[in-house]
Amino acid sequence: MLKNLEIPSMITEKKLKDLYKEMWTIRYFDEKVDQFFAKGMIHGTTHLCVGQEASASGSIAVIGGKDKIVSTHRGHGHCISKEGDINKMMAELFGRETGYCKGKGGSMHIADVEKGNLGANGIVGGGIPLAVGAALTSKMKNENYVVLCFFGDGATNEGSFHESLNLAAIWNLPVIFICENNQYGMSGSVKEMTKIEHIATRSEGYGIPGKIVDGLDMFEIMNTVHEAVEHARGGNGPTLIEMKTYRWKGHSKSDAKKYRTREEENEWRAKDGIKRFKDALIDAEVLTEEEAKQLQEEAKTSIEEAVEFAANSPEPSIERLEEDVFA
Amino acid sequence: MTTREITYLEAVREAMSQEMRENEDVFILGEDIGVYGGAFGVTRGMIEEFGPERVRNTPISEAAIAGAAVGSALTGMRPILELQFSDFITIAMDQIVNQAAKTRYMFGGKGKVPMVLRTPAGSGTGAAAQHSQSLEAWMAHIPGLKVVQPSTAYDAKGLLKAAMDDDNPVIFYEHKLLYKTSSNVPEESYKIELGKADIKREGTDVTIVATAIMVHKALEAAEVLEKDGISAEVIDPRTIVPLDKETIIESVKKTGKLIVVHEAVKRGGIGGEIVGVIAESEAFDYLDAPIIRLGGKEVPIPYNPNLEKAAIPQVPDIIAAVKKTVRK
Repeated sequence: MLKNLEIPSMITEKKLKDLYKEMWTIRYFDEKVDQFFAKGMIHGTTHLCVGQEASASGSIAVIGGKDKIVSTHRGHGHCISKEGDINKMMAELFGRETGYCKGKGGSMHIADVEKGNLGANGIVGGGIPLAVGAALTSKMKNENYVVLCFFGDGATNEGSFHESLNLAAIWNLPVIFICENNQYGMSGSVKEMTKIEHIATRSEGYGIPGKIVDGLDMFEIMNTVHEAVEHARGGNGPTLIEMKTYRWKGHSKSDAKKYRTREEENEWRAKDGIKRFKDALIDAEVLTEEEAKQLQEEAKTSIEEAVEFAANSPEPSIERLEEDVFA
Repeated sequence: MTTREITYLEAVREAMSQEMRENEDVFILGEDIGVYGGAFGVTRGMIEEFGPERVRNTPISEAAIAGAAVGSALTGMRPILELQFSDFITIAMDQIVNQAAKTRYMFGGKGKVPMVLRTPAGSGTGAAAQHSQSLEAWMAHIPGLKVVQPSTAYDAKGLLKAAMDDDNPVIFYEHKLLYKTSSNVPEESYKIELGKADIKREGTDVTIVATAIMVHKALEAAEVLEKDGISAEVIDPRTIVPLDKETIIESVKKTGKLIVVHEAVKRGGIGGEIVGVIAESEAFDYLDAPIIRLGGKEVPIPYNPNLEKAAIPQVPDIIAAVKKTVRK
């Protein structure tokens, strides 16, 4: 078993199967949300990570329960991978009392502090300094946890990115900066908005390692993040990892995607990270076609159940409006 | 309690040091707070006592250090962030306004951000437009932040203790010109509850609500007015969020007249809020004269000392306002 698979030692055969199902859970979750928005069944806005499942699942697969993540506005995948409860997530999108944020946060503010998910974030680059702070706690309290800090290509042009990477570098903090380069910051192509080919090369400016990863290759992701995590746990400080990926859907709802071609979209869709993971697992005899199909079905069913839970949950009472401002 | 006279600056440092001796989770971070001792010398000697892990000298990166404070607070530390000048909050604004203030509410009541942002505010040092502002009303406008403005060494120590004990982000404004002022301060640690105004001087003819350095100008004005037979009550709210409305309302009911004075620009300043509180309260019916608000002129703080002084309320302005209101 696990023949021909070079993977970190903590990744068991069962974990590989779980990851496969988890990737489908993420995809079905966001496709369901997409449908609901299209039908006007939920309001506000949301940012979908369909196509980007591997960078969430593969990265979070190699950290432990006490490790933490800081997510982004495109954060449903990160939350699910960090043991998120899809019932509470869906209920939050429905704005219900049973949601992660009691209906007060919505898609961009889902957090699960107890599970180490320090939250999605509505501000591009806003979470990066928070991750540095969480890593500082780990160091000062000798808690030995690491922080995975996710952000997109767009965030790397924010001042907070620069300040945070420098600060984490000089303090040798246990944080791994993961840039999910999905090629676009809303409509701004990374080619148009930066003059460098690889964002990871910016690591040189901070004196930390930089890695470029195929963001649709689960194995490369797991191995690279694992190495960075070990580096950080050893007190050697942060790493910047750039994962080349692609969001299949638009930036948020009502995006006509005029800034990119259908050909380009199809090229990236053909590189589907879930399919590649499945093929590799079948090759390695971890999965059979039937098992794969069953896991995919289970994922789909779990989303239907989450919708059921959300739809049957109560709306928050108006009396709760002014609660939770202060601790 | 044994007291002795120490400066406002020493009181702030003593509050921090005593807390850091008691609580391992409390640490301070900021620019030049190490061997330099901070731009105004508030942290002088602290790195020698607590070491560079707990007195963390940072690069000039206001967004990152503010965010590091928020992130560490969210994960179990109790940071004190020193921002070198309160004007620099502009560069840390996202982390304070969009992150620190909103985290708990956005998360549906989960997580807490127990941090204190200490920062010197105000004019009078000749540092001109980008190093002299009083921006506390901005912070007071944001749900999720508490805002403190001590005017004496005694208040500074007790209010800072309360701010450090609070489980929420607290913006703690220290007035630069007050750093060298002294008062009797207990040696041991003590707490002044946030949201409790202090009647700095009792009076019967007029209520003067003043903040930060204006408390001292109001007290000076009250001395002069007393010689003219006018008894002024001077109230120092001490914290503008939460605001002790009751003490102000009770005073206005007693005197029937109100002057509000702060250094910050009058337009959009916290004085408007205080006046609004009175206008909406039962004290409105007790008013015998129109309320007067005194605040900074609508200009950036200028460099020339005469211009700088003229840009904010001075003792004669307060006296004139009281006389206009009282008309004895």
